[in-house]
Amino acid sequence: MRALRFLLRKEFLQIFRDHVILGMLFVMPLGQLLILANAATFEVRSARLYVVDHDHTPMSRGLTDRLAASGRFVPTAASPSPARADQAMLARQTDAILVIPTGFERELVRQRRAEVQFILNAEDGAAAGVLQSYAGRIFAAYSAELSAQVTPTLASIGARVDLPPRRGEPIIEIRRRGWYNPELDYLDFMVPGILVVLVTVVGTLLTAMNIVREKEAGTLDQLNVTPIRRSTFVAAKLIPLWSLALLDLALGLALAHFAFGVPVRGSLALVFVAAAIYLLAALGIGLWISTIAETQQQAMFVTFSIVMIYLLMSGLFTPVRGMPVWAQWAAQLNPVTHFIRLMRAVLLKGAGPAEVAPQLAMLAVIGAVVLTLAVRQYRKRAA
Amino acid sequence: MDGLGKRFEATVALDDVTFDVRPAELFGLIGPDGAGKTTLFRILATLLLPDRGSATVLGLDVVRDLWAIRARVGYMPGRFSLYPDLSVEENLRFFASVFGTSLEEGYRIIAPIYRQIERFKNRRAGALSGGMKQKLALSCALVHRPDLLFLDEPTTGVDAVSRRELWDLLGELKASGLPILVATPYMDEAARCDRVALMQRGRVLAIDAPAAVGARFPRPLFAVRARDRYALIQALHAYPYTASAFPFGDELHYSDTRRDLAPVAIAGELRAYLQSKGFADAEVTPIRPGIEDAFMALMGTPQEAAG
Repeated sequence: MRALRFLLRKEFLQIFRDHVILGMLFVMPLGQLLILANAATFEVRSARLYVVDHDHTPMSRGLTDRLAASGRFVPTAASPSPARADQAMLARQTDAILVIPTGFERELVRQRRAEVQFILNAEDGAAAGVLQSYAGRIFAAYSAELSAQVTPTLASIGARVDLPPRRGEPIIEIRRRGWYNPELDYLDFMVPGILVVLVTVVGTLLTAMNIVREKEAGTLDQLNVTPIRRSTFVAAKLIPLWSLALLDLALGLALAHFAFGVPVRGSLALVFVAAAIYLLAALGIGLWISTIAETQQQAMFVTFSIVMIYLLMSGLFTPVRGMPVWAQWAAQLNPVTHFIRLMRAVLLKGAGPAEVAPQLAMLAVIGAVVLTLAVRQYRKRAA
Repeated sequence: MDGLGKRFEATVALDDVTFDVRPAELFGLIGPDGAGKTTLFRILATLLLPDRGSATVLGLDVVRDLWAIRARVGYMPGRFSLYPDLSVEENLRFFASVFGTSLEEGYRIIAPIYRQIERFKNRRAGALSGGMKQKLALSCALVHRPDLLFLDEPTTGVDAVSRRELWDLLGELKASGLPILVATPYMDEAARCDRVALMQRGRVLAIDAPAAVGARFPRPLFAVRARDRYALIQALHAYPYTASAFPFGDELHYSDTRRDLAPVAIAGELRAYLQSKGFADAEVTPIRPGIEDAFMALMGTPQEAAG
């Protein structure tokens, strides 16, 4: 224990003396949180709309006006030629094409239903999906508005490229109500996730680099000829970074709450208990990387490739349920998945320990396994 | 140690190394780079496991009793391996503390060395000069008052004055009763050891007192001087009785195959031969073989040597 105290003192001395590490610990994650939280949005504003109006009636113009009034679409071009609209989309001069056929208003008045064609550039699938749902809502609202006047029906949405235009679908009125995040505010949803990722990257990378640096400097050998035990050395490496990563998380949460208004509906203590367990796994990965890397560059590259997997298989950007089965299993083994899920549940839903028990258990299991393997891998004696 | 062996994949780093170091002895491992000195140190310092054989340090087995050894041995690796971002004093205090002692308790033993760098005690170790770094490393290896000191090439990359100072310090430490095992690639430093082991390609070629190692040189040896050294070597190689001729400082060391002839007689004959070859200024002096001569002979290096 005495040796641990001296080692810890040395670790803190080195960390607080190194401006780069301090920057990596505090400035980088918080700065990135500010930037990324504003940038990582699914909202689409001002999509460029190409209008091909063959009808030229008050009702056809009304449809275009409703789309423009929403702020989601900006009519940037109009022509009577569908071919030119197609060319504009090919040249990426427009994001969506609205084709209103001749007799649109007449059909509406006589038959109470009419068709329009709405073509989306689905190169960026996520953005196209968002635009499609915006347009659907606007069409539905316009249809309801018109039905008050002439009781017609208006509906038709088609997306281009993969999806053939669907015509003449019956009206289905959908009323959405998002629970726990009623405004579907992406910030509430993304900020906790981004924060988890940033803290993970910092914790894992610093752990890996810190130990590898001792290898590079030869000080690891120098320590290995002292009576310091393997477990003491590992503890002295993990404790400072573990506590600093928790501090990072606390600062990040404060920023998320006060700068982005992310709600804290559940118990903060629960979040930190989970974080304490979760960070054991994250730092354990860093320790494991340090056993296979000989230089800090190697440690960095291995860390980043692991972090990529962490990110893309965690449900941060894409829901886990949408993944193929094998990837869902992999996501189950990813500690980030469970911690993000837990953070969102506790912060947004106010979930208590009973509700997040499965995540806590998985974190504990993953943490224990990772840390055990990493410590075992860390050999005091090179063979 | 006895029959110690270590291989790294296909490379045999140590092959059947056997020797022992006596109490209060300054024992030198002499050999070129790649001779296996560092591997030997790493085994003795319990950083590596031997593949074959056994070694005991202070009567403790390097495999079984590693923790006892680690507490009692001071090891200074060939590469500077202290924390460059900690100050001189912080490094010393840290290494004292991990051995469960303090700088104050260890001060007496490191004082002769530490005093030379004490005025830089607040400087970061990374900002020290080569010689000061080695003095700090030696202080750190000594601060826990070890019963045995391992020094792997302590003078490599150190200026001549610091080298001499370091060897003076080793002499003082030895005089205080501390056994020291030191490796060096420099033959001139071997003379300051009580005994040396000459190592090459993982094997020990000879173990003896430095003077006695020189005496093992099997043939009469001469220092030969002339202005044109390159031509001189050519001429010596053409001489029928040449056993070896290689540059040594600013002269050539020449050994003769005729063991039964008096050195003075050989010297006279050789001088006459060289003068007949046009080396009017040739000087030939019989000399006592030094450790380097013995080493060259033991290594069986090719007798060719460019001037």
